[in-house]
Order: sequence, then structure tokens, then C-alpha cells
Amino acid sequence: MSSRYDTYRKFKSTCMSVLAVFCALLVVLPLILVFIYLLQMGISSLNWDFLTKLPQPVDPDHPGGGGMANAIVGTLELMGLALVMGVPIGLLGGIYLAEYGSEKAAVWIRFGADVLNGVPSIVWGLVGFTLVVAPMQNYSAFAGGVALAFMMIPMVLRTTEEVLVLVPGSYREAGLALGIPRWKITLHIVLRTAIKGIVTGVLLALGRVAGETAPLLFTALGSSLWNTSLKEPIAALPIQIYYYAISPFEDQNRQAWAGALVLILIVFILSLSVRMLSLRRKRS
Amino acid sequence: MEKNLTANPLAGAADLPAPKRWGNRLFESVTFLSAMMIAVLFLVVGYVLIHGARLAMGTFGWGFLTNPHWNPVTENYGALSFIFGTVVTSAIALIIAVPLSVGTAVFLTDLAPIWLRQPLSSVIEMLAAVPSIIWGLWGLFVLTPWLHDHPYTWLNTHFGNIPLFGSPISACCIMSAGIIVAVMILPIVTSVSREILRSVPDLQREAAYGLGATRWEVTRIAVLSYARRGLMGAAVLGLGRALGETMAVTMVIGNSPKIQASLLQPGWTLASAIASQFGEASSDLSRSVLFEVGLVLVGVTIIVNIGALLLIRSIETPGSRRA
Repeated sequence: MSSRYDTYRKFKSTCMSVLAVFCALLVVLPLILVFIYLLQMGISSLNWDFLTKLPQPVDPDHPGGGGMANAIVGTLELMGLALVMGVPIGLLGGIYLAEYGSEKAAVWIRFGADVLNGVPSIVWGLVGFTLVVAPMQNYSAFAGGVALAFMMIPMVLRTTEEVLVLVPGSYREAGLALGIPRWKITLHIVLRTAIKGIVTGVLLALGRVAGETAPLLFTALGSSLWNTSLKEPIAALPIQIYYYAISPFEDQNRQAWAGALVLILIVFILSLSVRMLSLRRKRS
Repeated sequence: MEKNLTANPLAGAADLPAPKRWGNRLFESVTFLSAMMIAVLFLVVGYVLIHGARLAMGTFGWGFLTNPHWNPVTENYGALSFIFGTVVTSAIALIIAVPLSVGTAVFLTDLAPIWLRQPLSSVIEMLAAVPSIIWGLWGLFVLTPWLHDHPYTWLNTHFGNIPLFGSPISACCIMSAGIIVAVMILPIVTSVSREILRSVPDLQREAAYGLGATRWEVTRIAVLSYARRGLMGAAVLGLGRALGETMAVTMVIGNSPKIQASLLQPGWTLASAIASQFGEASSDLSRSVLFEVGLVLVGVTIIVNIGALLLIRSIETPGSRRA
């Protein structure tokens, strides 16, 4: 009797294992599907014009005209702005947590950063709108950059801190023994030791904000022209994809797929460089 | 300052760092101010939303939260339909995503061959890197048409008399939004669950194996029940993300401020209502109500996130480790 029960238990165990494999397959499935469609729909609309020309009004007689060149450059520009404004603050804040702050303060700041990381991205759009767009009376690239930078600060702060605490204390002590001031030790010894980890964290954060649409909708706004000033609206790939996707014109829908393909390439190039950096870190 | 180093070298050495101390102080205060940006950001978010929502709060009071109507023409605004849409899509997302994620996490920590674990984790990280807008695009052109033609039609013909699947059915509906959100929170719930399961001491598993348990019994008794609180934290973290998902939801939920029993009809969520209406909001009041919607959204997500972090942390404290 007990052997029959054992067979049942083993059978149940096998079933559950199969179920777990099935779960893993189901989790991976959407990624594969999205890739197939992105390649299939994107490549057919991706051409030289798409990468070098401005968006054109829909012309049924000449489908496939125009491109997203300004949006591609705009996305890179916004990423640059977010980088310049967000990374220094996040980096220095991370240094404070790892090198100076009391444990109690650090616990609160860390917790706060984690909570901020979970704030919906649309809210940062509202923040950018109120702080920059409303006073300046104009949608602007700067406002978009501010919204993205605010999102990056807590992400960069957390990753920087996590990397810095891994630097052995003996490095700092060696520096102190040589009479080097503490801030120089931090900048020249601790940061330099951890630089790859920090760059990894920055690239990860950049990859996350690169694809953000919601914070840009009413800050950067989008545009069909080249951006000439930080005070003017700027085009960005995610915004352009959004408007082209919900557009009734098939031609624009197709361009949305091509834009999505370019966007995901940007994001994956970033995450690929992250992977390569961390691989090299492990080897050395 | 005494410069007679030969007479007393120690006294001279003690003097050395003195002139450079301002550098330390300056650097420390700069880093301190940067860290304080976290607190500043909280204040900024709070100020922006409360300031923006003042007009709406003054006009509608608490009734805003329980008013099911959203009518820009008569300027009768209430957030109940958005709250309803948000709760239902998040619930669908969790019901789909949590079992799948936990199953995958079990597979990754206890079942998969070693060589497969790292690549599979990388694939799941890639899933997390796909921007919301791309899920929306795929959802709009690929997933929802398919869902409409196959599962929804089938559900409607066979279970149409249950209000949940009642006619008329629509491709862009609450169910579609829930499914897309489920896909989007899968990576974070999976990776957090995996970390939690990894932190279960091997001694637990070995003890269960030692008692003659099968693989599933080990997972159930020694691993899952041990990690219950942490897994709940992972699920709540996923809930926090689900509540705030914006773009993909905006594109597949159909954007209609109605409260209906059927999951196969359009709805609207808090986040997607802001995204799709803020640009068109022209009057002060119509803008202000969207700030209040944002305030509700942030309030709920912050509470949910704090709960999740506390749950996840509670199993990291040494006290609960009975290894």
C-alpha cells in the first residue's frame, strides 16, 4: 500500500517539475514573440530614409516616405540630458551612503530611494510639467531631461552605493596611512576601484529611461522638426512610436514598428555593454 | 605653526593633515546634499501633486474618490472608474504573473541544470529591458486582435451568460490590459522570487530530503513555505509596478470611463487616464483633476511599495533565519 502511495508522490513530483518548466517557457515566450514581430514588421519598414529624414505628412500616393531621424537624435539628446543632470547627483549621493552617512541615515535614504524607484513614471511627467513647463510657458527638451534625470537619481544612487561598499576597507586604510585626505581617497582610490560597477549601474539606469514614454508626453512633447534649442519641444522615439501606433494610417503604423526596432536596438546595445563590462569585471 | 620637525617629529606629523580639512568637509557636504535629493524628490512629488490637485480637491472633496462619473463636458469628475480599472487590471495581472513567476523561480533555483540557469536569468533580464511602449505596440497590433478572435470569442460564446464575459466583447479591454501588465511584471516578480528562494538555506532542503521527501515535497515544505513572506513581498512589489503601468495599458485598455462587470469591455486606469488626457486638458479644473488622479495613484503605489519592501526585508533579518 505504501509503495502505491510512493508512486503517487513521485508522479506528483514529476508533474510539478513539468509544470515549473512550463512556467519558465511561458515566461520566455512573450520575449520571443515580441522579437519575431519587431524583426518581421520593423525590418521591412527600416530603410535609409527612415534613419535620415524627418517625419512627413501621410501621402497615400507615395507610401513609406519620411523617417524618424529627428526622433532618434532626440532620444539620444534626452538621454544625454538625463545623464548630465541625474548621474552626478545619484553618484555623489551613493558615495555619501557608502562612505560618510551614519547607518541610520543610510537606512532611511536607501529605503526612500527604493520607494522612489517604484513611483509610476507618468508622475515624473507631471513633476517635469509643473516645475519646468508651467513656469517657462513652453514644452521643452530641458523639461523632458529633468523628468528623466529625476527618475535616474534613485537608481544610480542605489547601484553606486552597492558597488562602493564592496571595495575593501583596507584600500581606504592604506590611503589614510599615506596621509591622503579622505575625499581624495574616495575619488582616486575607491571610485577608481569600483568604476566598472558604477558605469554598469549608470548604463542600466540609462537603458531604463531611454524607452520611457510617459514622463516625456507632456514635457518633451514630441516634434516633427529638428530640435534647435533646449527650450523647444523635442522629438523622441517612444513618443513618435506612440503617436504613430495609435494613428489610423497604416503607413505610420509600419513606421512605428521600425521605430520600435531602433529603440530596442538602443536599449539592447546599452544592456549588452553592461553585460560585457560585468563579464570583464569577473575575469579580472 | 611649529616647523621644528627635527626636535619633535610626531608633533609635526600631527599637524600635517590640518590645512586640507576643508576639502573633506566640502566634499562630505556635497555628497550629503546629493543624498538629500532623495528627500527633496519626495517633497517635490508631494508638492507638485497636492498643489496641482488643490482646485479639484476644493471642488469635489472626498466625493471625488466615490464618484463613478467622468464627464469633461459637464465638468463632473470622479475617479472611481479609474480606481476600479486599476484594481481589476492589477488583480488580473497578479493572478497570471505570480504563479508563473514563482514557478519559474523554482525552476531556476532548484530544477534547471546549472548551465541553463545563467542564460535563462539573462533572458528574463532582457524581458525587463523591453520598454513599455513596445509592449503596447505589440499588444495593440498582435496580442489583442488574437485574443479577441480566439479566447475572447470562445469565452463569450460558451460563458457569455456569466457577466464577466458578457457581450459585447472588445479587443481593447480590461482583460487585455491585465494580460499585458502581467507580461510586464513577470521579470521583476521572477527575479525577486529567485533571490528569495536562493536565500533559503540548503540545510532546509537537505533536511527535507533526509526525511524522504520527493522533490516537490521539498519545494513545498522546505522552500516555498519557508520563503512565504518573501514571495508575498515579491508579489506586492509586482502589484506596485502593475498599478503604475502606463503606456502599454493606455494602448490596449480602450480608454473608457465605465464600470462594467465584463472583463471584455474597455476600461481606464489611473495612470492611463493621466497619460491620455493630460495633453488635451485645457481648463484649470480638467488639469487639476488629473493631478488629483496622480495623487491617488502615488499614494497607493507608495503604500504598496513600502509594504513590499518591508515584507522582502523581513526575511533578510537574521532573526528569521532558522538555518
